[in-house]
Amino acid sequence: METDVTTDRKEKKEKIPRQPMPEQPPVERVRNFAEVPLGYTEAAAILEARRCIQCKKPGCIAGCPVEVQIPAFIRLIAEGKFVEAARKLKEDNSLPAVCGRVCPQEDQCEKSCILGKKGEPVAIGRLERFAADDERQKGEIFIPATAASNGKRVAVVGSGPSGLTIAGDLIKLGYGVTVFEALHKAGGVLVYGIPEFRLPKAIVEAEVAYLEKLGVRIERNAVIGRLKTVDDLFAEGYGAVYLAVGAGAPVFMNIPGENLSGIYSANEYLTRSNLMKAYRFPEYDTPIVRGKKVAVIGGGNVAMDSVRTALRLGAEEATIVYRRTELEMPARKEEVHHAQEEGVRFELLTAPLEYLGDEQGWVTGMRCQRMELGEPDASGRRSPVPIPGSEFVLAADTVVVAVGTTANPIVPATTPGLETNRRGYIAVKGEDGETTRPGVWAGGDIVTGSATVILAMGAGKQAARAIHAFLSKA
Amino acid sequence: MNKITLRRQLSENVVRMDILAPEIARRRRAGQFLVLKVHEQGERIPLTMVDSDPAAGTVTIIYQVVGKTTALLAGLDAGDTILDLQGPLGNPTEIENFGHVVCVGGGVGVGVIYPIARALKEAGNHVTSIIGSRTKDLLILEEETGKVSDRLIVATDDGSYGFHGFVSQVLQGLIDRKDPIDRVFAIGPVPMMRVVCDVTRPCAIPTIVSLNPIMVDATGMCGACRVSVGGQTRFACVDGPEFDGHQVDFKLLASRLRMYCPQEEQAYTAHRCGQHGN
Ligand SMILES: Cc1cc2nc3c(=O)[nH]c(=O)nc-3n(C[C@H](O)[C@H](O)[C@H](O)COP(=O)(O)OP(=O)(O)OC[C@H]3O[C@@H](n4cnc5c(N)ncnc54)[C@H](O)[C@@H]3O)c2cc1C
Ligand SMILES: Cc1cc2nc3c(=O)[nH]c(=O)nc-3n(C[C@H](O)[C@H](O)[C@H](O)COP(=O)(O)OP(=O)(O)OC[C@H]3O[C@@H](n4cnc5c(N)ncnc54)[C@H](O)[C@@H]3O)c2cc1C
Ligand code: SF4
Ligand code: SF4
Ligand code: FES
Repeated sequence: METDVTTDRKEKKEKIPRQPMPEQPPVERVRNFAEVPLGYTEAAAILEARRCIQCKKPGCIAGCPVEVQIPAFIRLIAEGKFVEAARKLKEDNSLPAVCGRVCPQEDQCEKSCILGKKGEPVAIGRLERFAADDERQKGEIFIPATAASNGKRVAVVGSGPSGLTIAGDLIKLGYGVTVFEALHKAGGVLVYGIPEFRLPKAIVEAEVAYLEKLGVRIERNAVIGRLKTVDDLFAEGYGAVYLAVGAGAPVFMNIPGENLSGIYSANEYLTRSNLMKAYRFPEYDTPIVRGKKVAVIGGGNVAMDSVRTALRLGAEEATIVYRRTELEMPARKEEVHHAQEEGVRFELLTAPLEYLGDEQGWVTGMRCQRMELGEPDASGRRSPVPIPGSEFVLAADTVVVAVGTTANPIVPATTPGLETNRRGYIAVKGEDGETTRPGVWAGGDIVTGSATVILAMGAGKQAARAIHAFLSKA
Repeated sequence: MNKITLRRQLSENVVRMDILAPEIARRRRAGQFLVLKVHEQGERIPLTMVDSDPAAGTVTIIYQVVGKTTALLAGLDAGDTILDLQGPLGNPTEIENFGHVVCVGGGVGVGVIYPIARALKEAGNHVTSIIGSRTKDLLILEEETGKVSDRLIVATDDGSYGFHGFVSQVLQGLIDRKDPIDRVFAIGPVPMMRVVCDVTRPCAIPTIVSLNPIMVDATGMCGACRVSVGGQTRFACVDGPEFDGHQVDFKLLASRLRMYCPQEEQAYTAHRCGQHGN
């Protein structure tokens, strides 16, 4: 965390090290679901903000998919104008409290921060979180002026980050916006997937409440394709439809025994715990298996979220089973690090071949195979190759399969004229998400496949502009 | 918030409710279900829509009290509300004029088979219905099912009413008498559906069953509801709930349904003792 003093010596500027993030200690946090990073104090935020050298040509902005005015908001924090900083953020990013927490900053804004060339980049994400939290905690959420109603209506399908973003943008332009959400709570992966210890649900609820205050209507429990179709939405008078239904369908590996009791998809495991609050059973009615030996298959954020959830549910042994090495893990470094601190075991270069069960049909373990990395393939990634004769059995009473998700076909299957690509994702003509069906745009995971919160939001922003242009002509 | 407009006790532990949900009522077709969550801390549970009245804007459910959520629901009355109601879900029953169809319903499954029998009758089929329960007092919808069937046969396990024995034995009797049967629909407890499929398999009568695995989202997102049909994993909420019974792995279904037994016991016991006050 310390900056390299020798390289800084030549500079006149004060030497402020990158401010560390206070965190709940690992031994404590594995026993609760409260957030792990505690957030900067005002003093730490100001210090960190003063590290930013306010570049004339800031690299950071280009690294952010929605081009947050990073130096500007950071300068406001340095000056102690926290609420103003939050408003500056919101000019480009409607969910800063979320992005400050879950963006892969190390691959985006912070990766292109000039300071990162010699030492450590400015902690842009942590500052973003600080400003947004400060505004929310002080109750200073400000309601922007929205344009007068233009009498036109837009339907948004799905209330994840992409849907929430476009809803916010269009309501401010004077459109009547209704968001249709299949589940009983709005927020998409932010409420059902990402656990409380990484993203407190109160934050998402506050963002949703804010949109409703602006006038966005949210119809929960409304599965488009079942309750009504996209055609019905046009018939009801919506001028345009934005599809932001995510990549919600779980992928299984199709290996023997995968349907044994005790084997979950990550979606189910996390939905039970987060959306249904099964970790608070029996105060909440939905149960979840509190396994003693839990194995999680996969190496992404979803796998890390699952394995850390397992620990908090009381697992004595929680293991990541991943077929490549730590280097190739798609999860954020910070999350892998958190998992390691919390005592997660890593069985790397390992793949399951088959699940074993008892007479009751309950999983008891899995037969695994060791792998080694072969030659790099076309994409430059070294793919895993099985090592003959390396099979072994890993005991587990609960397994979570976190090997990816795919497109849910309900909307495409019920929308004539809407084309999908080979993998079932909605085909779009360009950056703004225009689909093959006139009047229908799409964005977020249902177009790109599982990606990031900020990219889903970026897609919502672009589609908002395109829909505004389309309906202004109409 | 969805208002309950009618509550009627059909038998000792089976309740019928009509709930105001105009949009769902307009859409719903035979074979489809809804998911409800009674209150904020509640579990999401799937229940078949036995009927709907688009004019009144209501949907009808018939459920058996088996655990905490169904007990909570049964504790509500007309005028009370249900927090969340999602539907219609699942694929509607494939209704055609098959010829002679036999609808077999057991226990609360009679509630689920009744709308299917009615739709089949409306499509011109000759409908034989076989409905059963453990004992006479637990039999539901006898009159209603009778009205939409060309022939109704009732069976009770203890012989207190109708045929003394299982519905599957009645079906076996029809087959033995060489009654030509074009299709069988069987809905009820898992063991009942399995036995009915064993009865129809030797004579290759197409048999449709409606599966009731544990569900969470019921939109294809979680995979809790996975069942094995013809050796392939299917999600009952979006691929079903009806499947070719001869292809279903009932043993797997039964074992997956037991997954939460200890927790369900705990929740139900606590509920009955009034520890949680809800
Ligand atoms: C466990 C987990 C952890 C993650 N961690 C990170 C992270 O740390 N950082 C990061 O940047 N990204 C992370 N991601 C990825 C990120 O969450 C997604 O890329 C993002 O949420 C996609 O947004 P979206 O709006 O496209 O869709 P979603 O968030 O998936 O929302 C789609 C919504 O549409 C609803 N819907 C679906 N079908 C219908 C229908 N027919 N009718 C009505 N509504 C429908 C769904 O119920 C859902 O609420 C994570 C994902 C998961 C699963
Ligand atoms: C598509 C479908 C249609 C159904 N239709 C009807 C119906 O019309 N009438 C009726 O009485 N029952 C129906 N069921 C079963 C009903 O959902 C369960 O009885 C109910 O969930 C039990 O909840 P509980 O909390 O009262 O009991 P619990 O104590 O939770 O469970 C009792 C038993 O019910 C089953 N069960 C538990 N949770 C679920 C769940 N989330 N989803 C499915 N099954 C579960 C398990 O086998 C469990 O052992 C249907 C199920 C499905 C999947
Ligand atoms: S939105 Fe994400 S990428 Fe952009 S500045 Fe904020 S943390 Fe960085
Ligand atoms: S690149 Fe880094 S130092 Fe420069 S303005 Fe951006 S955050 Fe500040
Ligand atoms: S209930 Fe979740 S996929 Fe079927």
